[in-house]
Amino acid sequence: MKTSLLPTIAHRLAILAYVIFALFPLYWLFKVSLTPNDLLYSEGVRMWPSRTTWEHYSFVLQHSAFPTFFKNSLIVSGSTAIIVTICASLSGYALSRFSFRAKYWIVGLMLLTQMFPLVMLVAPIFKILTPLGLTNSLTGLIVVYTAFNVPFATFLMQSFFDGIPKDLEEAAMIDGATKFTAFREIILPLTLPGIAATLGFVFTAAWSELLFALMLINGNNAATFPVGLLTFVSKFSVDFGQMMAAGVLALIPAALFFLLIQRYLVQGLTAGAVKG
Amino acid sequence: MSMTADVYDRRQDRRPWLKRLADASEPYLYSAPALILIIVVMLVPLVVGISYAFRDIQLLNPFSGGFIGLEHFETLSKDRAFYTALKNTLWWTGASVFLQFGFGLILALLLDKPFMGRGIVQALVFLPWAVPSFLAGLNWAWLFNPVIGPIPHWLFDLGLMSQPGNILSDPQYAMWGPIIANVWWGIPFFAITLLAALQSIPRDLYEAASIDGASWFQRFWSITLPFLAPTIAITVLLRTVWISNFADLIVVMTGGGPADRTQIVASYIFTQAFKALDFGYASAIALVLLVLLLAYSMLIILLRQTLLNKG
Repeated sequence: MKTSLLPTIAHRLAILAYVIFALFPLYWLFKVSLTPNDLLYSEGVRMWPSRTTWEHYSFVLQHSAFPTFFKNSLIVSGSTAIIVTICASLSGYALSRFSFRAKYWIVGLMLLTQMFPLVMLVAPIFKILTPLGLTNSLTGLIVVYTAFNVPFATFLMQSFFDGIPKDLEEAAMIDGATKFTAFREIILPLTLPGIAATLGFVFTAAWSELLFALMLINGNNAATFPVGLLTFVSKFSVDFGQMMAAGVLALIPAALFFLLIQRYLVQGLTAGAVKG
Repeated sequence: MSMTADVYDRRQDRRPWLKRLADASEPYLYSAPALILIIVVMLVPLVVGISYAFRDIQLLNPFSGGFIGLEHFETLSKDRAFYTALKNTLWWTGASVFLQFGFGLILALLLDKPFMGRGIVQALVFLPWAVPSFLAGLNWAWLFNPVIGPIPHWLFDLGLMSQPGNILSDPQYAMWGPIIANVWWGIPFFAITLLAALQSIPRDLYEAASIDGASWFQRFWSITLPFLAPTIAITVLLRTVWISNFADLIVVMTGGGPADRTQIVASYIFTQAFKALDFGYASAIALVLLVLLLAYSMLIILLRQTLLNKG
């Protein structure tokens, strides 16, 4: 089969346009974060400043509360990801391997949680958590985020378990292993990639969550990165260099996890799209 | 171990009853942590939230809390801001889903063809999806800002603007700001799901069709589209629900302004709860939104069931 030149060129150009559209905003974020303050306005629309500086980064890291926000976000997202993955591997395993009476109710319940607007929980959750002392606390955020992410993670883990042949554990059980031993010794190790993907998805989701963090947290001590950055923006809205340096820093963990889970994106999003 | 094994168990059950009970409760034990979390943190607040819709709950007013019946809904029926928000929600959701889907489908078709460096390109074009939504919002707000961003200057150079101004503060066009940010952020989702569906189409179908002399468009129309249809239907419907609730970009970029021109129902609920601290009224709006979405979601569940039965 001969390939003609013109469609190939058009194809590559179209791809190039997509790459530019996808990367340009991030490029601009990075560019402004490196532009010295005195050049910010005079060289506003230039593609690259005539001088670059890391001073915005050092300011953000040394003289602002961003390291605290960063640490808070890491604690919240990390704990959420771990707890969700544990709960979701158990429930995903139950949905994948057992047929039991309440199964369709459980699936229905989890689907329902994916449908209704989470924003309608903002007020009641605030009212419920306040007397428990869980507002303005990282623990409160972790509990809320864990519950929000469990349904999707369950469907995701279920799809990974579905991909493992049942003969494996049946063979182990014929050899005398209990079901739980079979789950722990045979199934879990095979699902490690799925576990990594779930961790990544949940971590990114918790890292990005804004509305509940805004509502439940006030003050710098327990602020997560989104809350901190937004407060910073509304207070010091002229320090573009510093804001964008902080933005680039907020991007790093999410981008790292993205690279980690990139291979599983197709599987994960397909599970998410079809099931919830 | 599932259906067949269970039936087998029941037919010649030599296990003691205690063991049977333990086996029967096993799936429930596995699901318990997830279920408890969902019920306590999502279902209970949902029910509590619905009850707020009929009560006078203002955070800063210690005398509030009484039952007021349908008063919130009466206010709501006269609330012009709510109708504007409803209209804006339709516009925001429709335009975002349409553009995300259109560009996502084109991207998936482009990536379905093998070429050198496809892995890298794929990682790069999917990257926006990993950007936290608040950062995507801020990033685009900065791009639209004439002080720091290039877009107003480009529009000015193209003669589309009389002077480099901020589109986000222009009542007529402000909604395009969050929509463009949302399209940028959401294209990867559609591209990824559609690409997965495209790659599951048997290749020999295309070969047979091109031997028969079918043009690219004919192949697309009679092979690709029918195969993609279930995925398209489900992703578009689910995405519609999700985007109509997605207030992050709007809260970050415009806060609903200028003059409520970008306020959608979800961001209106958030503003009522977060800024006005009127939890009762916020819950009443939320309840109306829930009813609207529930009707829509029933449609999705029915559709999913039909598609699953067919498959």
